[in-house]
Amino acid sequence: MNIRVTEPQEIEVWLENNLMRVQKPGRYVGGELNQVVKEWSSTPVKVALVFPDLYEIGVPNLALTILYEAINQRPDALAERVYLPATDMEDLMRAAGIPIYGLETKHPLGQFDIIGITLPYETLYTNVLNLFDLAGIPLLAAERHENHPVIIAGGHATFNPEPMAPFIDAFVIGEGEEVIHEILNTYKAWRSRSGSREDLLYSLLEIPGVYVPRFYIPHYHSDGTIQSIERTTNFAPATVYKRVVGRLPAPPTRPIVPSIDVVHNRIAIEIMRGCTRGCRFCHAGMVTRPVRERSVEEILHAIRQALQNTGYEEVALLSLSSSDYSQITHLVERVSQEATQQHLVISLPSLRIETVSVELMDRLKGKRQSNSFTLAPEAATDRMRAVINKPIETQQLLETTQAIYKHGWTKVKLYFMIGHPTETLEDVRAIAEVSRQVLAEGRRIVGRRASLHLGVSTFVPKPHTPFQWLPCDTPEQIQAKQRVLLESLKGSGIKINWTDPKETLLEAWLSRGDRRMAEVIYHAWSLGAKFDAWQDHFDYQKWMMAFQRANLDPAFYTHRQRSLDETFPWDHISPGVRKAYLKQEYLNSLQGVLRPDCRLRCFACGILPTYKELRRQYPGPHWKCPEVPVHARA
Amino acid sequence: MLQRFRIDYAKTQPLRYVSSLDLQKIWERYLRRAGLTLAYSHGFSPQPRLQQAHPLPLGYLGAHELIDIWLEPAVELTSTEVQQRLIATPQPGIEINRVEAISLEAPTLAKQVTAADYTVWLLDPVDPKELSQRVSQLLNASSLPRERRGKVYDLRPLIESLSLLTDSPSNLVGLQMRLAAREGASGRPEEVIAALGFDPFAVRILRTRLHFHAPSG
Repeated sequence: MNIRVTEPQEIEVWLENNLMRVQKPGRYVGGELNQVVKEWSSTPVKVALVFPDLYEIGVPNLALTILYEAINQRPDALAERVYLPATDMEDLMRAAGIPIYGLETKHPLGQFDIIGITLPYETLYTNVLNLFDLAGIPLLAAERHENHPVIIAGGHATFNPEPMAPFIDAFVIGEGEEVIHEILNTYKAWRSRSGSREDLLYSLLEIPGVYVPRFYIPHYHSDGTIQSIERTTNFAPATVYKRVVGRLPAPPTRPIVPSIDVVHNRIAIEIMRGCTRGCRFCHAGMVTRPVRERSVEEILHAIRQALQNTGYEEVALLSLSSSDYSQITHLVERVSQEATQQHLVISLPSLRIETVSVELMDRLKGKRQSNSFTLAPEAATDRMRAVINKPIETQQLLETTQAIYKHGWTKVKLYFMIGHPTETLEDVRAIAEVSRQVLAEGRRIVGRRASLHLGVSTFVPKPHTPFQWLPCDTPEQIQAKQRVLLESLKGSGIKINWTDPKETLLEAWLSRGDRRMAEVIYHAWSLGAKFDAWQDHFDYQKWMMAFQRANLDPAFYTHRQRSLDETFPWDHISPGVRKAYLKQEYLNSLQGVLRPDCRLRCFACGILPTYKELRRQYPGPHWKCPEVPVHARA
Repeated sequence: MLQRFRIDYAKTQPLRYVSSLDLQKIWERYLRRAGLTLAYSHGFSPQPRLQQAHPLPLGYLGAHELIDIWLEPAVELTSTEVQQRLIATPQPGIEINRVEAISLEAPTLAKQVTAADYTVWLLDPVDPKELSQRVSQLLNASSLPRERRGKVYDLRPLIESLSLLTDSPSNLVGLQMRLAAREGASGRPEEVIAALGFDPFAVRILRTRLHFHAPSG
């Protein structure tokens, strides 16, 4: 795009003249409570933090909230926020040559030193290309020079960075709390020696957890699989291990309070990171290990501070599996005491399917904001549950939902997944059967007010999980399963949501792609693909055309069983979990072998040997892996 | 203990693009941060008790907006204490002009609003002479049929006064107007701007004052 305006003041003037022409202009002005505005000219390092979607999706993002606070606390750096404009605003900006800008001071994105982009999921990729275009920044890393910002991406999707590798200068794999400071220091040192861009990229290589894709070249077999990943310099590590922090630092307690409504408009306090359950489909469960908990006192202190700083009426206690937080009962008791005094709503998502969860929620319900209770059984037959390693007996599910209805909730939401490995139509029908039983019990207990909602998503085998060797169901298989489900639920009064199989395909291509997928992403964007995560924007035909232009076969990525010795495009990136462990877990799934909670017994996933020094440095029960004795040699 | 206060405040630039619904939430959080305990309504879903006099549309600034709040403090508060707590608590986009304790029985403000004064600056360059001519023409018209949200209505009777602003602080040309603000008969300044033949989006609108039936409070 052709940028015609470069001064913040001119951008401000243009905004005042045009904001009343667009939907929700409050997205584009900043100025919210707890925004940090720093003096532009006197602050040495300027960072733009980007969530590549709309303001109301991006503001609550916890990763960027953490980084915003961390960067702005440094006297030598500032952080501003950038979100993508909706299409009505984008059209006006393009027509007027207005670049995308930081909300705090309205400086064009191209004038920042570092652009940090979070990629929690893959359907944001085309938006990243659109972001660069709206900033007048060359799309390809290779075409950018010293005067362009250095572009760094992180987030869960970047555990397979390859599809975005040509567009990004460096990826941060894993947790950002410590590495952000190393990056800023490295950047400052580089600038004081007036080095070349090449020089900067070499310096970034030295930071553990940073992946600089331009120093790695994938080579392919004739069948399209990876033959090898060549390193163009010995300074580039053969494997980039993710960063983890030895102890979770204090959570951010001064988050931006948006003036307009956004999703998850509340205080979010992460009570625990990682999960010990080992569900085999779960990407987060594999890449966020090890489990580290915050203490009850620390959490309470953070809640009080955040309430004082925001005035929010709701607090969410976040983790991948709240029930597994070791002090959960104590925490809930303490939090609920404060909640009832202050008309606070406390939400505690991700509870295990057991009656204890219902009792926990019952304590929190004081001023209950919602009459619904959500559980995620994921599968409905014992065989299927053994495959995915989430063993919840149907009886247990029924008892739990009974308890929910008995305690006064009228709506139960159940999340299931279809497309699990080896799944048959019988397994799918069982979802309907279990659901009918749940609702029948609900009606028996609370009468006609009882309702049941099903969210049925479609499984995508993700990199770095035990299922990474497996193909996805074809759209025909998915549709057949969805039809069976709908038919078996006919007349039941159960509401059901499912995912369009085409959207599932996109997620699969992008999450399992190699570096050649970048060309597909590029073509899709140039054909107009953006906001792919939004049902009303996603355009399957554009993606099919993009595959054609890139001369690649989409089925190669989605419907191919990988051999056990295949090199994956993401094998040089490691979440600390060993591939051999994932393979063993894959084989276990085929035999229906269950692996219990690894707090009870370590299954040697690889985390401990990879981070043994860190574990030694941070002994104690907050970290749920066994301790490493000082004298041990692992 | 239940106490009612009336707050006169300015809604400034940082909150210009919020709706009155969003503003309600902002006030709730502001009061909570200021340590002022709002009373809640009774019933199945208790709501905090605060009432804006007249919703200020998204995009407008306000010089003297009014909101009534019902507090349940542990010990009785004076209006000065409430004002001090609010001023000591940061809230971008809200500037407190005055806080007044009022009777719990005082009638609801919303039902007494009759008219509102606005200052409107035109952001595009305009010849003041040309503007002045158009204003006279508009005021001389016996009716001004306009359409809003698919409904035809007459704008003219809603305009109680309209004149050029004589001392505009910026370089912009401005108008001041008093428009009816009764239920079912409410004039919008950007409609006046459009009727004058200017771009109704390229304006800065400041509501300067609300008018009421009876003496308020």
